[in-house]
Amino acid sequence: MAGEKKGLQLLDFWVSPFGQRCRIALSEKGLPYEYLEQDLGNKSELLLRSNPVHKKIPVLLHDGRPVCESLIIVQYIDEAFPGKDGKPALLPADPYARAQARFWADYVDKKLYDCGTRLWKLKGEAQQQARKEMLEILRTLDGALGDGKFFGGEAFGFADVAIAPFTAWFLTYERHGEFSVEEECPRLVAWAKRCGERESVAKNLTPPEKVYEFICGMKKRFGIE
Amino acid sequence: MTEGGELKLLGMWASPFVTRAKLALQIKGLSYEYVEEDLGSKSELLLSSNPVHKAVPVLIHDGKPVCESSVVVQYIDEAFAGAGPSLLPADPYERAVARFWAAYLEDKLVTPWRQVLRVKTDEERAEVMRQTIAAADVLEGGLKESSGGMGPFFGGESVGYVDVLLGGMISWVKATEVFSGAKIIDAAKTPLLAAWMERFCELDAARAVLQDVGALVEYARALQARFAAAAPNN
Repeated sequence: MAGEKKGLQLLDFWVSPFGQRCRIALSEKGLPYEYLEQDLGNKSELLLRSNPVHKKIPVLLHDGRPVCESLIIVQYIDEAFPGKDGKPALLPADPYARAQARFWADYVDKKLYDCGTRLWKLKGEAQQQARKEMLEILRTLDGALGDGKFFGGEAFGFADVAIAPFTAWFLTYERHGEFSVEEECPRLVAWAKRCGERESVAKNLTPPEKVYEFICGMKKRFGIE
Repeated sequence: MTEGGELKLLGMWASPFVTRAKLALQIKGLSYEYVEEDLGSKSELLLSSNPVHKAVPVLIHDGKPVCESSVVVQYIDEAFAGAGPSLLPADPYERAVARFWAAYLEDKLVTPWRQVLRVKTDEERAEVMRQTIAAADVLEGGLKESSGGMGPFFGGESVGYVDVLLGGMISWVKATEVFSGAKIIDAAKTPLLAAWMERFCELDAARAVLQDVGALVEYARALQARFAAAAPNN
């Protein structure tokens, strides 16, 4: 058993969009938990014991049992703590709607973070390529949203939880890619504002300027201009 | 449950990802129309059904497309919950464990493996094979954890979600071993996985669906030649 405590604990890192997915889900469900900030430069025994395979955050501990990987944690929270009618609230009931939600969460996982990292880390030709890809990704998400209120339609759900934390990174992408997300993807920006009106998101996202500061700090550490 | 037109699978015979979908459909006892795609000249149906990735497999159910093999397998499990055994367990924690190993398989084994035919040098090939084999070693531990001492499958006594995802790769695992001369699932190093592979291949679904290894080896050689001839930054 990884930990000893009863209840919920989240091993996390303040700026991590992956960790924030879990915080949003916990908040949406009204679940109390202990937040444990991790020093990723000097990983704790608890983290290493709880996630021996990847040694990464986030990790959710439920009565000491670890759940790893942010989207898996979100699904676990949804299923282990179903709503009053016994049905989970973040993933819709309909199998086709669930498939759509999983598809978009998978798309973001495959594409967004890595492209974003290349956008701020690299220079020249490689950065231009990352910029081009980032625009394509954001436009694809904008298109997927269409005229819908949320990715799942009327209700805030799994795909929204998966993507919302990255909205705090738009400013950083914009400054490195020299484009405006609002100009390129107005529907995505409107959706981001709607998400931001929810307490679960407002409380748990890092302010965009702080994300930018964090990335500037990372660049200094890596010796990038 | 379905008559002809209700379920349609767009696929390509060699794709292990399509094989996953076929295995799930077979295990659930579902009939479907199979459409072999020419990936060099993609059909209108494929392009309109999967505009984001333009890839197979695509499962079309009552005209509505589902894309990405892991999403397709979960969809089959949930939309046809009454048909055949459930691929994911009922308990939320056990589901999380199954999803963890499915994600691990994808990120750490399948991802480097996909590079085996694409990389240009022997060193690069040795490196991606090393990563693939290292992932198999970790997956062995995952099989032990998942099956909970019962076995031989990740799902325990019966086939589950991870079994289907890894099962789709079996003929390619064997073909890659022939092709590269290195063992990925080595009975000496990963005995549980080796036993798993044997038992999986005995399943009716596997017999019906898994590709001929010799055909894949031939296909792999041709594919490798194509990648080698292509421009460096392809």
